[in-house]
Amino acid sequence: MTDTTSNGTMLSADGTPLKVSLARALRRQKIRALMLIAPLLIFVLVTFIVPIASMLFRSVENDIVSNTLPETVQTLAGWDHASGEAPDEAVYEAMYFDMFKAAEAKEHTKLGTRLNYENTGTSSLFRKSGRGLSKIGKTWQKPIESAAKPLKDGETWFAMMSGSGSNAVLEERRVLWQNLTGDPFKGEVGITLSDDMVAMLPKTAAAYADWAIFEALEEEKDISKRDPWEAVYTALGLDLMSQETQAAVASYSGTGAEELRAVIAALDTLPEADFKGAFIDMEDGWADPDVWRTILTYSPAYTSGYFLNAVDMKKSLDGFEARPENQQIYMTLFKRTIWMSIIITTSCILLGYPVAWLLANLPLRSANVLMILVLLPFWTSLLVRTSAWKVLLQDQGVINELLVWLGFVADANRLALMHNQTGTIIAMTHILLPFMILPLYSVMKTIPPTYLRAAKSLGATNWTAFWRVYFPQSVPGIGAGSILVFILAIGYYITPEIVGGTEGIFISNRIAYHISSSLNWGLAAALGSILLAVVLVLYWLYDRIVGIDNVKLGG
Amino acid sequence: MANTASQKAFVEFERVQKSYDGENLVVKDLNLSMPKGEFLTMLGPSGSGKTTCLMMLAGFETATHGEILLDGQPINNIPPHKRGIGMVFQNYALFPHMTVAENLSFPLEVRKFGKSEREAKIKRALDMVQMGAFGGRRPAQLSGGQQQRIALARALVFEPELVLMDEPLGALDKQLREHMQFEITRLAHDLGITTVYVTHDQTEALTMSDRVAVFDDGRIQQLAPPDQLYEEPENSFVAQFIGENNTLEGVVKSLSGDKCEVQLDGGEVIDAKPVNVKAVGDRTRVSIRPERVEINKDRLQPGAHTLKAEVLEFIYMGDIFRTRLRVAGNDEFVVKTRNAPDQVRLTPGTQIEIGWLPSDCRALDA
Repeated sequence: MTDTTSNGTMLSADGTPLKVSLARALRRQKIRALMLIAPLLIFVLVTFIVPIASMLFRSVENDIVSNTLPETVQTLAGWDHASGEAPDEAVYEAMYFDMFKAAEAKEHTKLGTRLNYENTGTSSLFRKSGRGLSKIGKTWQKPIESAAKPLKDGETWFAMMSGSGSNAVLEERRVLWQNLTGDPFKGEVGITLSDDMVAMLPKTAAAYADWAIFEALEEEKDISKRDPWEAVYTALGLDLMSQETQAAVASYSGTGAEELRAVIAALDTLPEADFKGAFIDMEDGWADPDVWRTILTYSPAYTSGYFLNAVDMKKSLDGFEARPENQQIYMTLFKRTIWMSIIITTSCILLGYPVAWLLANLPLRSANVLMILVLLPFWTSLLVRTSAWKVLLQDQGVINELLVWLGFVADANRLALMHNQTGTIIAMTHILLPFMILPLYSVMKTIPPTYLRAAKSLGATNWTAFWRVYFPQSVPGIGAGSILVFILAIGYYITPEIVGGTEGIFISNRIAYHISSSLNWGLAAALGSILLAVVLVLYWLYDRIVGIDNVKLGG
Repeated sequence: MANTASQKAFVEFERVQKSYDGENLVVKDLNLSMPKGEFLTMLGPSGSGKTTCLMMLAGFETATHGEILLDGQPINNIPPHKRGIGMVFQNYALFPHMTVAENLSFPLEVRKFGKSEREAKIKRALDMVQMGAFGGRRPAQLSGGQQQRIALARALVFEPELVLMDEPLGALDKQLREHMQFEITRLAHDLGITTVYVTHDQTEALTMSDRVAVFDDGRIQQLAPPDQLYEEPENSFVAQFIGENNTLEGVVKSLSGDKCEVQLDGGEVIDAKPVNVKAVGDRTRVSIRPERVEINKDRLQPGAHTLKAEVLEFIYMGDIFRTRLRVAGNDEFVVKTRNAPDQVRLTPGTQIEIGWLPSDCRALDA
């Protein structure tokens, strides 16, 4: 029926191509299979893959600098960082307005913390400066208010700034707020900025828009009755210092024209536009070009900085450089983690192989008892098992007491079995041993005893028969067990934490520290990604050398 | 070459017993003597102890009691690898991680043969089983029959004087099995190797062996050349186990020399040849081979004994006809007749008279 061919394609009885028919017939089965795994797939996707992916994404994500200091970052791009001198006035001016906003929204400390990972001291610099900014603002606000009393009043400001226009500035500033805080900032601000004002007093309009958006949407106040921030006065003062603006104000006749002219008349009472000096007065740190270099280095939205940190390097403006030796820690930890995992895997093979052999070759009854003994640790909490090792291994612990009592070890030099690598290796070998024994056992179970008999009947001694006939066939089990144990070991956390001390901890303990204590999630994510990459590379190497089809978990 | 007790024994079992659990004997008092070059088959149902005997000879099991001698030397305490016995296993036991050539090289390597000598021997052994071109293959790439040949070549490559085979053809289909039976026999005789062959297939045992040891219940029931075993079974187990057999039960009525009268349970009295009956009044099973029964009255030989029978079933089997009869109360009485032009085909329900020679009718133990 199905052998009808036309143009070389096989056709089924009704003339449709055989492949189409087959696909249709199989589709139901495929859909059903998919439905069966769907709950797990969705569960894993939502609770595991997506969070991990987003976590790993943090290892390169770095938009906090450009979101918090958008204008500073733009201005700073023109700075010659190799000059060895702090940037010029324009950068400090931009910094003043960016920081003012960030301080109002309490976002500046977050940036301080972030930059502190790269340059120690930045955190306190940012925190302290946040408080000093309104002082700078006051030095502008006071003379302006005394020159034009009505400007003390928020209503005057509202009347002066509102008018007709496209309100483009307001929308522009709204986006900046969204970037800064991550909040939506949706809704009506309650003002349409006058286009004339925007053209005449651009800085003031921007600062007023910033204030208005925050006041209306975050503080939920009626902006027509509220007094603006000090920064708005600062912006007005700066605007009015320009010749162009003065000329424009002279021919201006709308609301507030009188007040503006009064301020221009009293310009000499306003402070000099010296934000650089003001910042350095406030905190010496702002004179340090290193601080600015750090900001510039981390101004792009994506950075390799975390990864460089994770391999004991430092990102700089000219690429990267090694960290000073006393700050290098991660490469040592990575090497130690891999090396100790190899030792643990090897000891698991050495200890587990004979047990698996017994399991596979003993009569069923005895094998079952042995199997229960092997599985027993699985029924005990990991924490309990590790704590038990703590009891056994410590200086005054069971093992040392026994050795001293037997006279093998002098009381004065008890063995240091814990808070070092020995402790981690002993405890982890014990804990991971079942993961070696079980795959080994299931592979050995499939090797018929006749092979050994055949080898012996052919003249091989027990050892030759084992080594040349039995062992090669058990290698897939060793492979499977080793992969399991090694991958589990390389990411182990609890046991090294409890018995490892400082000498015996793994990279995972450092990752945990960055996740829960230092809150440097980016670095934790970078370390985690590297660990993942190491495992994948080793897996790939294993596949190249041994072949992954040589891994059997049984059958 | 057949029954040659006079020849020097090469393999000997002396009062060998074997128990696994200390309660039951799997092998009970085994005595066996084999001359060099003999092909001996251990035949028996599963659990009869034949494989245990083979394993004791190979050295994988130790005898609980008794002595096993190889070429006059007791081997009870010699480990298997020093016995120099070739063995073919039921599932071939070819090492899956080695090629065919490596499999064959293994026994030579452990015997420290040089490379060129190894290669020569491997080539000879492979040619011997017509597998010369397959040296580079893995066992998994070979068919069952090919694996069987390689297993044979591996057991022979180091030129052992004794080869043990543990149901080596069990996994093959019928045609291949028959072919291999022939080849194994030919090789064994050509090379003059002493062979102990274990099987539960009686056809295999009959066609291949010089002598067959029929095992049951841990004992050798009869040790004889195939023709003797078939035609002159010594007890009813052997008669039943080898070939097809009709049994009539009864009591010995008279006994004199090579003649006896048996009163069947149905009342009829028949003549029989006393084989395993000791005294008048003993219960006995009379055994008659189906092909020795004549259903055509005209062809009955003089002196033949006749009985009434009813035809129950007629089966056409091609070369022969198989007719099931009710004879002296036995519903399972089978007669085999050759498919010849003049042969009658009986219809069920017919009452006929059948007959046989008293010499074909053996009175055995009950």
